[in-house]
Amino acid sequence: MKKQVDLITAAKGGLLDRRLFLKKGLVFSVAALSSESLKAESARFPWMQTPGEALSNYGQPSEHERDVIRWTMANSMADGNGVSWTPLHKMEGTITPNGLHFERHHNGVPQIDPDKHQLLIHGAVDRPLIFDMDALLRYPMTSRFTFIECGGNSNAGWRDKPIQTAAGYFHGMASCSEWTGIPLGLLLAEAKVKGRAKWIIAEGADASMMNISIPLQKIQDDCILALYQNGERIRPENGYPLRLIVPGWEGVLNVKWLRRLHVTNRPSMTRNETAKYTELLPSGKARQFSFIMEAKSLITSPSCGQSLEKPGLYQISGLAWSGRGKIAKVEVSADDGETWAEAELQQPILSKCFTRFRIPWQWDQKPTVLKSRAIDETGYIQPERAELLAERSKHGYFHYNAIVSWGVSEQGEIRHVYSE
Amino acid sequence: MFIVNKYLVLFFISVNLYAQEITPDLGNLAPVQLIEQWNTDVFPDGEGLPKGEGNAILGKQIYQLHCLACHGVEGIGNSADELAGAEHSLTDNPPDKILGNYWPYATTLFDFINRAMPLNSPGVLTHSEVYSVTAYLLYLNGLIKQQTFINAKTLTAIKMPNAKGFINVYDEENSGSIFNLFNF
Repeated sequence: MKKQVDLITAAKGGLLDRRLFLKKGLVFSVAALSSESLKAESARFPWMQTPGEALSNYGQPSEHERDVIRWTMANSMADGNGVSWTPLHKMEGTITPNGLHFERHHNGVPQIDPDKHQLLIHGAVDRPLIFDMDALLRYPMTSRFTFIECGGNSNAGWRDKPIQTAAGYFHGMASCSEWTGIPLGLLLAEAKVKGRAKWIIAEGADASMMNISIPLQKIQDDCILALYQNGERIRPENGYPLRLIVPGWEGVLNVKWLRRLHVTNRPSMTRNETAKYTELLPSGKARQFSFIMEAKSLITSPSCGQSLEKPGLYQISGLAWSGRGKIAKVEVSADDGETWAEAELQQPILSKCFTRFRIPWQWDQKPTVLKSRAIDETGYIQPERAELLAERSKHGYFHYNAIVSWGVSEQGEIRHVYSE
Repeated sequence: MFIVNKYLVLFFISVNLYAQEITPDLGNLAPVQLIEQWNTDVFPDGEGLPKGEGNAILGKQIYQLHCLACHGVEGIGNSADELAGAEHSLTDNPPDKILGNYWPYATTLFDFINRAMPLNSPGVLTHSEVYSVTAYLLYLNGLIKQQTFINAKTLTAIKMPNAKGFINVYDEENSGSIFNLFNF
């Protein structure tokens, strides 16, 4: 049954040609069916002997997938002030289901009545305008697939010791959806923005009235006033009924529950753009308005906490993204960065969007370190951790995008390691 | 004649398209009072700061009632961000990054307290109470005297120690001066 194929080596440590799975009908040794399970296939399982469940108004995941959940962490005194991580290590493809999209709330999830929600555009405009939701739903809309990543995602990477937690609960303050809504430039044209305007201060209708300043140029370029996420109206925890989408830039700019856009000639210097979301450098100066989420990648399978049962053929699978545009290439190393092989990128490759990469790997039961590095269309190369630390030191907190290293033991256990 | 007319019609259509994009235009003109009511944004030059004032003595009472449970005695300890008591500089390991030694503008403090605090009942403080708490926190950080009244004018005049501590990465990249500085 098993095909004898010529395994083309792409790099040391057992990495194989990325097109191998596409070309050959390879059989995984770990997934090979035993004779016992073959026998069972011919019998009727219990769920084949009685009628199944009734139809449902809104589908839910299988009860066997109950551990595929967001991991939540909130302030001990305020359960609505915190974050939840997307379980990237238990997911495939590029789209995040709405119930698994990461969250960051500054004071809980407001339960907004859409009939009472309005959007105000004012400031340096000739025509200050106020819209209700019915009006906004009548506008021409556009859709785009884009990731949202919190500026503080992966911040455990700055710690002196590698954190031993699942990949999603380390890097999962990043999620990817199809967002549908109104190109914001359209509404600004109606409001007639004055020539001196350079910034927009966006404000949400949550209990923290979260606000932040955004350059007007970005708003005109590609920002969307989103009403839908992956085809359905945005969930309350992601901004219902209206969310600003700022593709490729820090998550905090994608203001949820959006209710006000103040057009100005300068930033307001809100808490979120001064005390937070700025990165302290070794010099004592801090980077401010560091909006763009630079290229990042990580192997989601196999990853920290998972284990390889026995030697053999595995598929390495992971995610890459860049706030500057498309992912051009992802390289994978199975020998701690000595040699690298190009991974296969799943089509379509979209700008500022999760890109799935995969490569076959033959594990020979020797301890090793797996890594991936993303290169985007601007030529930016995801840095090694030592390079990032040399540039930024370790107290910047935000914008950690170094190469992620997974150590594989002889027993096949996978741990997070720093390889330098 | 027919040809001339056709071109005239085309001419007017194209001029019209150029002059204004066709958009639904479904918004209502926002009344001035509504804008004033909704717009609480505060800027470092003092724009947006409302009337009212208070000092640290008044602010301490309000702090103890509304803030202490999360922010601790005199801004130190408990579950929320530390608001005072920096012991390390920004170049120490680890550094302290708090109000007194990190925040570049005092006006931000008013804006944030006014819109977001206290966490369990935001909006409950009057503008003078917000000025008072702001004064108390500035006092705890050694930036003003206990008696100093903080209002729109005096708050704007405060020069924060780390006002010049920030590098505007967006401006630098877009002016092209250090493009790709962080490209490894």
